[in-house]
Amino acid sequence: MTWSSILIQLLNGLAGAASLFLVSAGLSLIFGVTRIVNFAHGSLYMLGLYGAYTLIETFGRTPLGFWSGVALAALLVGLAGALIEVAILRRIYRAPELFQLLATFAVVLVIKDIALFAWGPEDLVGPRAPGLRTPVEIFDKRIPLYDLVLIGIGPLVLGILWLLLTRTRWGTLVRAATQDREMVAALGVDQARLFTSVFFAGSVLAGLGGALQIPREPANLELDLSVIADAFVVTVVGGLGSIPGAFLAAIMIGVAKAFCIGIGTVQWFGVEIAFSKLTLVVEFLIMGLVLIIRPYGLLGRPPAQQRHSGEPAPPLVPPGWKVAAVWLVPLLLLPAAGDRYLVVLATDIACFALFAASLHLIMGPAGMVSFGHAAYFGIGAYAAGLLFKRAGLPMEAALALAPLAAGFAALIYGWFCVRLSGVYLAMLTLAFAQISWSIAFQWDSFTGGSNGIVGVWPAAWLASKTAYFYLALAVAAGGIALLWRVLFSPFGATLRAGRDSPLRLEAIGVELRRYQWAAFVLVGALAGAAGALFAFSKGSLSPSVISIALSTDALIMVLLGGVDTLTGPLAGAALFTWLRDEVARRTEFWRAVMGLVILAIVLIFPQGLVGGVKALVARWRRARA
Amino acid sequence: MLAVRGLHAHYGQAHILADVELEVGEGEVVALLGRNGAGKSTTLKTVSGLLPASAGEVHFLDRRIERLPPHRIARLGLGYVPEDRRIFTDLTVMENLEVGRQPGRAGAPSWDEAKLFALFPNLAAMRDRPGGRMSGGEQQMLTIARTLMGNPRCLLLDEPSEGLAPLIVEQMAAAISTLKREGLSVLLCEQNLHFARSVADRAYIIESGRMRFSGTMAALAADPALREQYLSV
Ligand SMILES: Nc1ncnc2c1ncn2[C@@H]1O[C@H](COP(=O)(O)OP(=O)(O)O)[C@@H](O)[C@H]1O
Ligand SMILES: [Mg+2]
Repeated sequence: MTWSSILIQLLNGLAGAASLFLVSAGLSLIFGVTRIVNFAHGSLYMLGLYGAYTLIETFGRTPLGFWSGVALAALLVGLAGALIEVAILRRIYRAPELFQLLATFAVVLVIKDIALFAWGPEDLVGPRAPGLRTPVEIFDKRIPLYDLVLIGIGPLVLGILWLLLTRTRWGTLVRAATQDREMVAALGVDQARLFTSVFFAGSVLAGLGGALQIPREPANLELDLSVIADAFVVTVVGGLGSIPGAFLAAIMIGVAKAFCIGIGTVQWFGVEIAFSKLTLVVEFLIMGLVLIIRPYGLLGRPPAQQRHSGEPAPPLVPPGWKVAAVWLVPLLLLPAAGDRYLVVLATDIACFALFAASLHLIMGPAGMVSFGHAAYFGIGAYAAGLLFKRAGLPMEAALALAPLAAGFAALIYGWFCVRLSGVYLAMLTLAFAQISWSIAFQWDSFTGGSNGIVGVWPAAWLASKTAYFYLALAVAAGGIALLWRVLFSPFGATLRAGRDSPLRLEAIGVELRRYQWAAFVLVGALAGAAGALFAFSKGSLSPSVISIALSTDALIMVLLGGVDTLTGPLAGAALFTWLRDEVARRTEFWRAVMGLVILAIVLIFPQGLVGGVKALVARWRRARA
Repeated sequence: MLAVRGLHAHYGQAHILADVELEVGEGEVVALLGRNGAGKSTTLKTVSGLLPASAGEVHFLDRRIERLPPHRIARLGLGYVPEDRRIFTDLTVMENLEVGRQPGRAGAPSWDEAKLFALFPNLAAMRDRPGGRMSGGEQQMLTIARTLMGNPRCLLLDEPSEGLAPLIVEQMAAAISTLKREGLSVLLCEQNLHFARSVADRAYIIESGRMRFSGTMAALAADPALREQYLSV
């Protein structure tokens, strides 16, 4: 590499960092004040990009048209964010934090379909920035003038934000609320209005980040989740709630990505290293490294203990044999109904129920929320597929070994994860999932790349849908029974105690991390079993079995059913899988329908479905007594 | 001015306050005494709307406030000063005061920075110091000053003397007397009987979330058995 090409990559990276910084700063601002991890933030970015596309087409491709289109798109996205806060989130601020997360998942689904409806499925390539199209010559290389403008916008916005936060009453209130929002309310500040304004500001930043990308990146429907993953990484690397931290982290990651593209493939000591393939994982590698060295990010500090007079989690009730029988008997008889379609659906549900139950143990009783649980499901699926197709093992052996592979991945990933807690832990799990996904997606020669693996069919004796259903049911029931056994063993009690009062456990000499690590491996292996079962039931698999979308599906299942009950995640898995199937057969816009259903449930039953039904039953009993 | 009737409060399943009754008249300083864990702070949190009341009524200036959110209660002129101070540690003294700022209201003494610095001279020298780099006594003064920026008519003060050096406690007593002269009503939670006697007109005693005594400071002073039973350290 020559000096001039290094400089060009540096400038490229800085230009890419601008949008990354804007969207992350917005996320950080919103999280700081409201403590909501806004999964829909990437969707707002996507709306900004689409909005800018349409507005610029309307206003004309002139400098005035371009810049007013960008500004108006950002403003409209800001209004959309404020609307989400007022219409949805404001109603559930008193609900458990995870429920707010669930609501933002639902918003992601709805916005994706709004974009699909309004702009269609094709990528939209926006105009180059009028007046800034001419490339600038630096040494012997060329770089678009627009990129240089972008490089300036990052620090400019940082400066404006800094002035707003330190020189205005609004900024003072925002910083105070970031530390102790209850005290701010006790001093007479209307939290609702403050939150709405913060959502507006944060969403404007997301929209602006998206709109400014229009000359560099086509608008497409995958942006929502890919951008939210990037923004999480930047926020966590920089330190949650630290805007200068987000700026630093965005630059680090933007530049690292640009260099990976720029370096391309090189020979080092005879080994070929494809740096360009690293672009998808480099940010996650940086994040893993930073979090190990500085667990709260570059400029972050240990999170302020936000006070809330919330209720403690209710005790879990071990399920009785009678209840289990009531559920199992009809399931065993299900194939007798003779509906092949129903059997296939029930097989799916069995896989996802085990998947959701494994996620439930780690996020509920063990108190470690995972945003990337699909990693283990997917690694299980890939292990099964690869052992079967490439190693030529019999299907039974592949199925039996797959959970070991997933458990092994959990052993490695978990070692890092248990060193963190809360949102940082969740983001790290997401990072590991994304790394796994990238490997599956890019390693064409081994994993089949984006095509995945086909011809993963079960052995002859399991070839009928009914036989396979019984296998799935047996594995799922066995796995769930094992999870529940563990939960009510002394091991499970330690995990729960660790969630409720980690310090007390440490004080009596319990090494909580080892328990959490073991729990990671256990749920990883079981999620892997679910993934392997799923792969053989479909006959093929693709990188989507490790996608963020699948991780969020699992979170939705658990949260929909309710974290505070054992049967909740199973009910959630069944409802979600069935509903998606029903809706997807009827409309192209099944995501929006799912999102609206989830929102309705969130607003009506803030304790989750099973919790809500239990509360209803209790009220009904009391009314009769 | 402030009247609490049959108030109950819970933390989760735990029943903390049972049938609490108390009253604070216009311009009066009333002490709410009790041992650690008796329910003093819980009473103030419930009155100020931070903890929902499970039953009972809170009247302030002839309005029912037990269902209002905290910011509405504060805006009616009922100022809350928490026991653990809850200073915004990243914000400077001036910024902490800014968070408390509310428009002036009729019938209440009005405050600004200059007047507050006169009340708490220690603060005047550290306008730009972050709240996290102040001593306990300075933080205690700041937390009171911050609430006063909202120009309250009645102040809920939770153990302002806790953990302070004797000299600072005296300054605090003087400040509370000044507030009283300005016409502010104060409900003062205390364990320090000596401090409470120097500023309060009347007293209540709470124990295990129930009211055990209500009367003048003089009556309490005349009854050593009462002090022995509910207050002795
Ligand atoms: N956040 C809380 N959760 C559960 N119980 C609490 C909480 N805060 C206080 N308590 C309990 O409520 C009772 C009254 O506490 P408090 O009002 O703080 O007493 P005081 O202020 O008189 O010392 C105590 O028994 C205490 O243990
Ligand atoms: Mg107290």
